[in-house]
Amino acid sequence: MERALFVIFALTAIVAALNVLLRRHPLHSALALLVVLGALTGLYVLLGAYFLAMIQVVIYAGAILVLFLFVIMLLNIRAEEARLERRPFFRWLAVPFALLLGAEIFYLVRTFEENPVPSGTSVGVTEAIGRELFTTYLLPFEVTSILILIAILGAVVLARRG
Amino acid sequence: MTTIPISWYLAVAAVLFTIGAVTVFVKRNAIVMLLGIELMLNAANLTAVTFSSYFRELAGQILVFFVMVVAAAEAAVGLAIIVLLFRHRETLNVDEAQLLKL
Amino acid sequence: MLKALVLSPLIAAGIIGIFGRRWSERLIAVIGCGSVGLSMLLAFRVFGELWSRPPEQRVIWEPFFSWIASGPLRVDWGFHLDALSGVYVLFVTFVGFWIHVFAVGYMRGDSGYARFFAYMNLFMFMMLVLVLADNFLVMFVGWEGVGLCSYLLIGHYFDRAYAASAAKKAFIVNRIGDFGFALGLILIFATFGTLRFSEVMGAIVARFPEPEALGEIGLLTTIALLLFVGATGKSAQIPLHVWLPDAMAGPTPVSALIHAATMVTAGVYMVARCSELYVRSLTALFVIAVIGGVTALLAATIGLAQWNIKKVLAYSTISQLGYMFLACGAGAFSAAIFHVVTHAFFKALLFLGAGSVIVALHHEEDMRRMGGLKRVMPLTYGTMLCGWLAIAGLPPFAGFFSKDEILWRTWTSPVLPEPWGRLLWAIGWATTILTAVYMTRLIVLTFEGEERFARHAEGHALVPRESPPVMAIPLLVLAVLSVGGGWMGISEAYTGGRIANGFEQFVRPALARAPVHLDPSAIAVEEPDHGMELGLAAATALAVLATLIWARRFYQRDPLRPAPRLLENKYYVDEIYEALFVRPLVRGSTVLLWKVFDVALIDGAVNGVASAVAACAAVLRRLQTGLVRSYLVMILIGALIVLGYFVFIGSRLPVR
Repeated sequence: MERALFVIFALTAIVAALNVLLRRHPLHSALALLVVLGALTGLYVLLGAYFLAMIQVVIYAGAILVLFLFVIMLLNIRAEEARLERRPFFRWLAVPFALLLGAEIFYLVRTFEENPVPSGTSVGVTEAIGRELFTTYLLPFEVTSILILIAILGAVVLARRG
Repeated sequence: MTTIPISWYLAVAAVLFTIGAVTVFVKRNAIVMLLGIELMLNAANLTAVTFSSYFRELAGQILVFFVMVVAAAEAAVGLAIIVLLFRHRETLNVDEAQLLKL
Repeated sequence: MLKALVLSPLIAAGIIGIFGRRWSERLIAVIGCGSVGLSMLLAFRVFGELWSRPPEQRVIWEPFFSWIASGPLRVDWGFHLDALSGVYVLFVTFVGFWIHVFAVGYMRGDSGYARFFAYMNLFMFMMLVLVLADNFLVMFVGWEGVGLCSYLLIGHYFDRAYAASAAKKAFIVNRIGDFGFALGLILIFATFGTLRFSEVMGAIVARFPEPEALGEIGLLTTIALLLFVGATGKSAQIPLHVWLPDAMAGPTPVSALIHAATMVTAGVYMVARCSELYVRSLTALFVIAVIGGVTALLAATIGLAQWNIKKVLAYSTISQLGYMFLACGAGAFSAAIFHVVTHAFFKALLFLGAGSVIVALHHEEDMRRMGGLKRVMPLTYGTMLCGWLAIAGLPPFAGFFSKDEILWRTWTSPVLPEPWGRLLWAIGWATTILTAVYMTRLIVLTFEGEERFARHAEGHALVPRESPPVMAIPLLVLAVLSVGGGWMGISEAYTGGRIANGFEQFVRPALARAPVHLDPSAIAVEEPDHGMELGLAAATALAVLATLIWARRFYQRDPLRPAPRLLENKYYVDEIYEALFVRPLVRGSTVLLWKVFDVALIDGAVNGVASAVAACAAVLRRLQTGLVRSYLVMILIGALIVLGYFVFIGSRLPVR
């Protein structure tokens, strides 16, 4: 049962990711990314990271990606013209790069033996994460709040008219 | 009960990461490049969560939490810059932004 | 007190050098002459102190400061006054003072007045350091220092190319000699482990009882000859004499002070100071005597044919220095020093008199354009006559006693092989005759006969007049000494052995006795042959007198008689040097050193590095495309490589 779910979510994610790459219109790419995020949420749940799964939906999919969509629609972006790529060099470079990267990562992955975990007892319970956040990781927590504040200010200043 | 080998999750993350990297490589549109970066970030998140779950370490998920926060900040600022770029150049083609050329 | 004596001119030199540009000539003159005058007074005082002591205790030693203490080499500055340096300090400061006074008048109106006096005082300092040093290295400092000041002063008129070249020539030729001197120094240190005179001479006396025979080139001979090379350069003996005539390009007081009275006698001083060393090397003594004698003769012949008044005096100086070295070579060091002193008096007088004439004729130096000056410049004429007779060696003037002493010692020299003693006496004797001839020529051409000088110079009429008192008084003082200065060293022969030679008695303890024998009592005590001495002296004096009378008439008849070409061109020595040394050296420098090393190698390397950097930059510039995507690519590929490292290699590293 689990495996089936895993396969569904995994395949969805991969196919959607390919769509991000291959679509011509940026809007389609963004929406494809949305699908990826959703699939990832499923995977997180499978792994027992419930809190993070919720965060992923609410924040990543629900805020960040919506921001992307806003900008795309605001700037009224057309599809990429299918004119000649002036520098095909990069296109051709992508393939060996991908292969190399993949090879390296898979080499690493092979070193891991099977290490299954009973999916009943999960680690990522909200209460547990909450406790950690407010005790051990309190400082980074507060710092990131300041970071967000700065990001807001930066975005406002940058995007101001005049 | 069938359980899923850890390497499967890692493999998925690896593929997603690769695709994200290639997207950054290949696309000319700045927004799509950002999307690719987000994709890479998510792949990394998946890896972290996987390890956290399998080795019963909460630290991985905390990491992912913070990564998301930072990703949000980064996306906001990045998009602001892109808007600015678009206003000046009427195009989102990164190849056009060559002012740094010697 | 010795410190004050030495440092006074240095301080004055510093003050004048720094502030002199804004001061009046009078102030500079007061300070410049005053400092030397102070040194002179202190010299008298300190000499008096020395005189009052018994002969064995005539040494004053004032240590100054510790200079070098590096491993085995220990050199301190200290001032050592004994009979030898006492005599030198006395006449150096005395003659130096009067020349400074003369220069106040001579250099009036010169734009480099302050510079001149600063350098002159610096020179006095260096000379005093040389004379009063208690070790070889400090003496070398003074040695080099006087060479430096000579360069600076010869080149006083630096806007004239000839003067600048002459200064360079002097310095470079001196340098060649200094090289030999330095080698000698090194050898001394290597052998004796010390550079202090007292220690070195003491070690020599203790370790070398027998002298090194003629022809034997041992350690002492080598050191002696190397040091003598330095003396050859400094005192203008053959073959390094070529700089002195050209040094006449400097102002006349410079010629008087440096190139007549003091610097050039430094070589003689050095030989006398190291007399213990020299008496133990018969080869070195022989070489010195021969070179001295030959130089004396040849220089006299050249002086016979020169038309420039200062050049005649320059060659005369070289000739007289030859006498001094001849005396040293014959083992008669005290006679050499005696001649140094008397020569300082009359040569300085002659130069200053010439300077008086030169200034009166608006800097005319060619004797062909002089003549008949005795009528308008009687005082100069009179004093020059004193100098003339002194240098010719007519009794009772000063030069007679010193020259005769040298001749007699050469004739009876115990260290020169037979028949060289007599042979060198003959050479010296011939030189005396020649000296009389050329000096008479100088006097006749300059002062007697019809007036050949130009009536106009620089737009206004030229009326030669006697010099002002500031220049005349030094002439008078030196004339008095030229006349009466010889009596202090009168040989005992004149009194039948009753009154000993005062000068010699005074100086002797500071010098070595020649010859050196293992057993002092084995030296046969010879009865000094007074009769022979008087006889030779009388014969010489008569010959000189006859020559003077003959030469006077000879040159009065035809003053502008042409001179032999060979002599006039100084035996073409300069030309020979030019061809043998100068030209190949310049050629070698230009072709090899300049073109190959400097241009090709060094410039090539430097420029090559620059071009290489530029080339690399040109290549690397391509990386900066300004294109975001290529930068991204570079980042990602870099990440890939780093990842690869960790994947494949890092994982194999042992975990700590």
